[in-house]
Amino acid sequence: MKTEDKDETNEDWVACIARIRDHQDRAAFAVLFQHFAPRVKAFLMRSGTDAALAEECAQDVMATLWQKAHLFDPARASAATWIFTIARNRKIDALRKQQRPEPEDLPWGPEAEPDQADALALQQETAQLGAAIAALPDKQRVLIEKAYFGDLSHSEIADETGLPLGTIKSRIRLALDRLRHAMK
Amino acid sequence: MTDTIHHHLTDPLLMAYSAGTLPEAFSMVVAAHVSMCDECRARLGSFDAIGGSLIDGAETVAMADDSLGATLARIEAGATAEPPAPRKRRRGVLPGPVQDYVGGNLDAVKWRPVGMGVKQAILPTSRDASARLLYIPAGAAVPDHGHNGTELTLVLQGAFEDESDRFGVGDVEVADDSMEHTPVADIGQDCICLAATDAPLRFRGLLPRLAQPFLRI
Ligand SMILES: [Zn+2]
Repeated sequence: MKTEDKDETNEDWVACIARIRDHQDRAAFAVLFQHFAPRVKAFLMRSGTDAALAEECAQDVMATLWQKAHLFDPARASAATWIFTIARNRKIDALRKQQRPEPEDLPWGPEAEPDQADALALQQETAQLGAAIAALPDKQRVLIEKAYFGDLSHSEIADETGLPLGTIKSRIRLALDRLRHAMK
Repeated sequence: MTDTIHHHLTDPLLMAYSAGTLPEAFSMVVAAHVSMCDECRARLGSFDAIGGSLIDGAETVAMADDSLGATLARIEAGATAEPPAPRKRRRGVLPGPVQDYVGGNLDAVKWRPVGMGVKQAILPTSRDASARLLYIPAGAAVPDHGHNGTELTLVLQGAFEDESDRFGVGDVEVADDSMEHTPVADIGQDCICLAATDAPLRFRGLLPRLAQPFLRI
C-alpha cells in the first residue's frame, strides 16, 4: 500500500532525475530509490520472480535509471512510466529469457527539443490517470492489475478467477474506456 | 503511410505487449506495426502510461538492508540493464524490428520455397510462438491456412484479400481459431507478409512451454 511519501508528484520525480543527470546527485537518487525500488520489486515478484532475483533486478533497474538519466524525456513519459518500461524489459530478460523487439522511432522523434508544454500536459494526464485507476471499481482494477503484473493471459486469468472469459474481457474493456477517458 | 492503414492492433495485444507478456514472435509483429502506424504508437503510449500508474500506486515489497548502497556500488561498477532506447528508422520494405531478426533488409532474407511459388523464411524467436516471412506471388492463394490458436499477419509489401476484407501495407490481420478463410494476394504485386502464430503450441503456462516439441510449420 502507498503509505510514505504520498505527496510527491511526477514533477518531483522528474526534477530528481534531472539532478541525477546533471549533478550525479545521490540524495535525489535516494528519494527515487525509496519510492520506486520497493514497487519494482513487488512488480517483479507478482510476475513470478523469487525474492532474491527480484531484489537484484530492482537494483539493476534503479542503476539503469541513474546511468541512462539522459535518455529520459519528460515530454514523452512520466517518471513512473519510464521506470515501468525499464522494469518490464528487465522482467522479460530475467524471467522469460526472451528478446523484446522494440518499435522504431518516428523520424521526428527523440532529437526534438523537450517541449515544456508537452511536459506540463503530461503531468496533468499522469495525475488524472492515477486518480482514474484508483477510482476504478475493484473488480475491474484487479483484472487490469493481473494483466500487467500477473504475467497472465486472459484465459489464464479465467482459470485463476473462475470467471467466464467473456466477463473478463468486458470488464477489462470497461476499465480501459474509463482510463482512456482520463487521458484525453 | 499511416493514413492508408485500416486494420490495427487490438487492445488486448497492445496491452499484453506493454505488460511484457506476449510471446516474442507476437511482440515482433506488434513492434513492426507500431513502427509503421502513428495511431497504434499513441495507443501503446497510453498502455505504457497505465503500467506506470499501476506500478506507482501498487503495493511495495521492502528492499534488502543496504540495498541503496549496493545499488550505488553497482552504478560505480557500471553494469546495468538497458532501457528501451530510441531506434532510428531504417529504410526498406522490412521495418527495423524485423530487420534485426533477418540481419538486413529483403535481400538478406533466406527464402525457402514451400510450393506454388510461395516462399517462407522462419525467423528465430522463442518457441512459445513462431514468426515467419511469407512471399506470395501476385494473384496466388496463401497456402495451408487453417488457423489453430492465434495468428497475426502484417502486410509489408503488396496486399491480400479474403472473403470479407482487403489488407494492404501496414495492415495487420488478427485471426483466431474460429476463422476460416482463404486469403489471396493482389494481382498487382507480389505480397510479403510477416506472420506469427502460436498454433503448434496450445499452452501458455510456463512448464508446458518448456516441454513442448517445436514444429516448424
Ligand atoms: Zn495501427
